[in-house]
Amino acid sequence: MIATNRAADTLMILIVLLLAWQALHQVVGATALPGPVPTLAYLAKFVPSERFAENAWATLVCFFYALILSYGIGLAIGVWMGVHRLSGAVGEPILISLYTLPKVTLYPVVLLIFGLSLSGRVTFGAMHGVLPVALLTMNAIRNIPPVYLKSAQTLQLSRWQTILTVLFPATLPEVIAGLRIGFSLTLLGVLLAEMFAAKHGLGSLIINAMQLMQAEEMITIAVVLFAFAALANALLLWIEHQLHRRV
Amino acid sequence: MTATVQDHIHASLSGVTRIYPATAGTRAVHALGQVDLDLKRGEFFAVVGPSGCGKSTLLEVLAGLQQPTAGTVTFEGRAITGKVPDGIGVVFQEDASFPWLTVWDNAAFGLRRNGVADAEIRRRVDDALAFMGLKDFARAYPAQLSGGMRQRVCISRTLVLQPRLILLDEPFGALDAQTRLLMGDEVLRLWRRTGATILLITHALDEAAMLSDRIGAMSARPGRFLDIVVTGWPRERDSKIVSEAAFGEITGRLWDNLRSESMKSLGYSGMAAE
Amino acid sequence: MSRVGWIRIAVVATAIGMLEFCCRLGLIDHRVVIPPSEMADALVRLLISGQANDQIVRTFGIVGVAAMISVVAGFALGVVIHALPRARQALDPFFATYYAVPIFIFYPVMIVIFGLSIMPIVLMGVATAIVAMIIATLNGLDRVPQVLSKVGRVHRMGTIATALLLKLPAAAPHLFTGVKLAVSYAFIGVIASEFILAPAGLGRVISDAYTDFNNRQMYALMLLLIIVATVVNMLLHVVDQRWAERRGIGKP
Repeated sequence: MIATNRAADTLMILIVLLLAWQALHQVVGATALPGPVPTLAYLAKFVPSERFAENAWATLVCFFYALILSYGIGLAIGVWMGVHRLSGAVGEPILISLYTLPKVTLYPVVLLIFGLSLSGRVTFGAMHGVLPVALLTMNAIRNIPPVYLKSAQTLQLSRWQTILTVLFPATLPEVIAGLRIGFSLTLLGVLLAEMFAAKHGLGSLIINAMQLMQAEEMITIAVVLFAFAALANALLLWIEHQLHRRV
Repeated sequence: MTATVQDHIHASLSGVTRIYPATAGTRAVHALGQVDLDLKRGEFFAVVGPSGCGKSTLLEVLAGLQQPTAGTVTFEGRAITGKVPDGIGVVFQEDASFPWLTVWDNAAFGLRRNGVADAEIRRRVDDALAFMGLKDFARAYPAQLSGGMRQRVCISRTLVLQPRLILLDEPFGALDAQTRLLMGDEVLRLWRRTGATILLITHALDEAAMLSDRIGAMSARPGRFLDIVVTGWPRERDSKIVSEAAFGEITGRLWDNLRSESMKSLGYSGMAAE
Repeated sequence: MSRVGWIRIAVVATAIGMLEFCCRLGLIDHRVVIPPSEMADALVRLLISGQANDQIVRTFGIVGVAAMISVVAGFALGVVIHALPRARQALDPFFATYYAVPIFIFYPVMIVIFGLSIMPIVLMGVATAIVAMIIATLNGLDRVPQVLSKVGRVHRMGTIATALLLKLPAAAPHLFTGVKLAVSYAFIGVIASEFILAPAGLGRVISDAYTDFNNRQMYALMLLLIIVATVVNMLLHVVDQRWAERRGIGKP
């Protein structure tokens, strides 16, 4: 009962947003901002097209590689800094400073090193995603209540058993939170890289559309990316909540 | 024979009931009532009862923080309606010390709001802090103090306003047993010093038995007074009276009243026969 | 300074030192990265010459404006939403997803609507920062202990007095965290927008320097951005910690 009420309320907000979109469209005109309905029509036409598929695939591939790097390196750093207290103490403020730094400022360096290649975009994407993964993993490990470890000892668990059956489930929800944030930031990094300087990918498609004043294409791609990011985030959030409930 | 309390009615509740109205998702809760109580001026009255019996509701209705659903509440002869009357001080169960102010500023808070002269503020606050043993911590922040000290800050804040009726809602609930006994002594000192009427809500029978002139034993929800026990202690008392025989009798009598009520409130049924 | 602090300085100094070393030895191509000492030198000369001053003032000015708008409007919106539980519930999924979606995708749309001016950049800065402030305001107001309203009434304080003298100070540390985040995100929003496309500003000048192969200029300005962003964030962090310590709130 309460759940459907909430869903209805959220639906209301969505409708309000759509109406606001329509209103803004009336104000600035179709050449600047197409309305929701024409956008939907364009979407139906554009998404199945080959141009979209090509570029979406390029973005997806780049994102996939970047995500593997973010998760792999991020988890490694996070575990090391979580377990090795001194490294954690020394490194945490450094990581936090890097986290708050607009990594965009480092983009030209990445370009200089990698040129306009895929590796450059992958690296830039990974640069964004690795930090939240590392920081949250580190915190998850640090926040394990010491009483868990003491209990494991009194239960005569071996080292591996402790790690697998106690530490891993205990840290899992927070690690997943880090992976979730890392997912969004890696995507952001990849898209930014494509928007600056790339010949393929949805980010570059948007910039192209802007230069050719094709507002419909711009907003359609934006909507598609939004939907993708929102749904992925919702899924990861759901997983996180399920884990929290068990813990 | 020393007179223990004056026979002047300071505050009273007559025919008071309090029902929390139903909201979307919860039904109405009959929390309190019917309650009739006359507080004599200058007496120390404790209310004991099982969890959820409505003790805190009683205190809040008496303070004017809540309106009774039926019945009247009077303080110094005038009915209380909606606002907390001047002359009533309240110390809550939760830590209500303001973490952004020093101990001194915490204590001075109420006085500053009432436009009292600076010199008078300084005098009263210094006095109250000295009395509560917080003089050396005047410049400290509550976060640097223990739970017991923070409650003393809250008491100081109430003290400086020189209330004539002091309501204490389980103020020592979060403290360990030894600290509680010592704080009980503090409250007695406070009581003798100010001459105020004190209403103390507590779930600790020994605390009520040790501190009070009279104790109201409350039933499980909806709370009503099952019994009012008169202790007969002299005004000059402290925690050492726990060794007296009368103490054991009083506590025993309270528990006789409350045992089955407590079981009710904990959801036991059919075990009372044992 | 603690032992950990010294080790940290040593680590950072060693990293910079190694970079300098590798650059000077030619292990890293001069056309890719110039030695840190040269970066610093280029920056000092640039600042002295005053060539980039316009752009510096412009960019940091925009960041400041965007941050201020975000803090004030974010706080106001947070207060309003907090007072309307149903609206808050409805908006919850929106807030939870906001930072998961790439807002920058809308930057080109804004350029088309507002033209290549200062507006889209300020809007991006605000769009990036404001939700963090709203969320922090909601959290801060949540954490105001319920007992404070009762204390307000015992002291016979009106609604406004209770809000200003009790609730606001109680929520202050969390609100300051919001300010910290808003400033940080405003930085990111503005700089990223200037990089993508802007008529002027530090981001624009840096990307121009890149296309012109002017590494000295590029690195000088990059260094400036990194230093300013780091210093500002560190200062805010220190104030935040000091406040949290005094209030006995655990380290975040």
